[in-house]
Amino acid sequence: MAKITAGVATSHVPLIGVGIDQGKCDEPYFKPIFAGYDWTKEWIAKPENKPDVVILVYNDHASAFGQEIIPTFAIGCAEEFTSADEGWGPRPVPKIKNHSDLAWHIAENLILDEFDMTIINEMDVDHGLTVPLSAIFGQPDSWPALIVPIMINVVTYPIASGDRCFRLGQSIKRAVERFPSDLNVQIWGTGGMSHQLQGPRAGLINQKWDQTFLDDLTADPERLRQIPHIEYLREAGSEGIELVMWLVMLGALTNPKELHRHYHVPASNTALGHIVLENGK
Amino acid sequence: MERNNQDYKAAFGDIPGTLVFTAERARKGYWLNQFCMSLMKPENRKRWLANEQDYLRDWKITAEQKAALLARDYNQLLALGGNIYYLAKVFSTDGLSFVQAVSTMTGMTVEDYQAMMAAGGRSPDGVRSIKEGK
Repeated sequence: MAKITAGVATSHVPLIGVGIDQGKCDEPYFKPIFAGYDWTKEWIAKPENKPDVVILVYNDHASAFGQEIIPTFAIGCAEEFTSADEGWGPRPVPKIKNHSDLAWHIAENLILDEFDMTIINEMDVDHGLTVPLSAIFGQPDSWPALIVPIMINVVTYPIASGDRCFRLGQSIKRAVERFPSDLNVQIWGTGGMSHQLQGPRAGLINQKWDQTFLDDLTADPERLRQIPHIEYLREAGSEGIELVMWLVMLGALTNPKELHRHYHVPASNTALGHIVLENGK
Repeated sequence: MERNNQDYKAAFGDIPGTLVFTAERARKGYWLNQFCMSLMKPENRKRWLANEQDYLRDWKITAEQKAALLARDYNQLLALGGNIYYLAKVFSTDGLSFVQAVSTMTGMTVEDYQAMMAAGGRSPDGVRSIKEGK
C-alpha cells in the first residue's frame, strides 16, 4: 500500500530558481536563502526518506492557464511535463515525470469523494512547481522522484477556502492509502509566506504572523484551517494567500511532527518559509 | 455554514494600497491579461519590442489600457483589470526582475525598496485596514 510519510512546505520564489540556474548560490544575498535547505537535502537523500513520488501542490502563475480556463483544483495526469517559458525562457531543468497510474487513481478518488478536479493532460509547469524541486533536489540530470502535480487557483477570486484546501488534503491521503502498490509518497505544499507583489502596499512582510503559522502547523492545525481569506490579505499580503496550498499538505498528514524549519527575509519581495514535517499516526 | 458573499467581497476594498483580483477585475482586464500571455512566445516578444503600438492593434484592449501599457504604469494597469502574474510577462520582456517592477508601484526608488526589503520588509502596522486605521 502507498503511504504518505512526510510533508514538505516551501516558498517557490522565482529568484531561488535564478540563483540556482545562474550559479549564484554562494553569493552573500543567496547564501542564507540556500543554507536552510542543506538539512533537507541530506534528509531526503537517505534511503529511508527518499520519496518514490512527490505530490506537489502549487499554483500556476498565468503560465499553463491564461484567463480562458481557470480551474479551482486541477491534477496533472500526463506522463511528463516541461518547464514553461514565463517570459524569460524556460528554466533549464529536467523533464518532470509523473506517476500517471497514481495520478489517475487520485483524480478518480477525489472526484468520487466530491472534489471536482480538472484533469490536465497537456501543460507546461512554471516556477511554482520547478523552484521547490530545485531548492530541495538541486541540479540532478533527472529528478529523483516522480511528481504528481496538483494545482490550486490562488490568483483569480473567489479561490477555495483554507478549510476546503485542508479537506482536499484529507481526501488525497485517503486516495493514496487506497493505491495498491508500496510507495513512499511525500506531499509538498508550496508558495508563501507573507508577500505582496502589487500596489503601493507592495513589499509587505509579517514575520510574527508567519512564525505563528509555522508553529501552528503542528501546534494548532484547527486554527490554521479556519483562517479566512481576508486575514491572509491583511496580515500576510495579497500574495500571502498562497499559504492555503500548505493546508492541502497539512490535511494529508496525521499528527505531524516538525523535523526542520527555515525562515528568511527577504528572498526578492518575499518572506521565505520552509518546513519538513514527519507524518505521525 | 451561512456565508455572506457581499461582506466577503466588500472587505477586500478595505485594504490600503491593494487591489484584489476579483471576478469584476478579471472581466475588465480579460484581453489585457490575454495580451500579456501572448508574450510567453519568443517571436511575439520580439514583435512587441520592435513596435509596441503596432502589436497592440491586434488586441481588443481599451485606449486607457493601451496608454497604461505603453507607460508601464503598473498601478494603473492593476486598476484597469490587469493581474500581476500576467503583467509579469510585460516586465520580464523588458528584462526587469519582480523587485525592480514591483518597486515602481510603491513610489520608492528601487534602491530604497530593496533597502526596505533587506531590513525586513514593509510592516503591516497601519496598512491592515482603511476603516480601522490599523
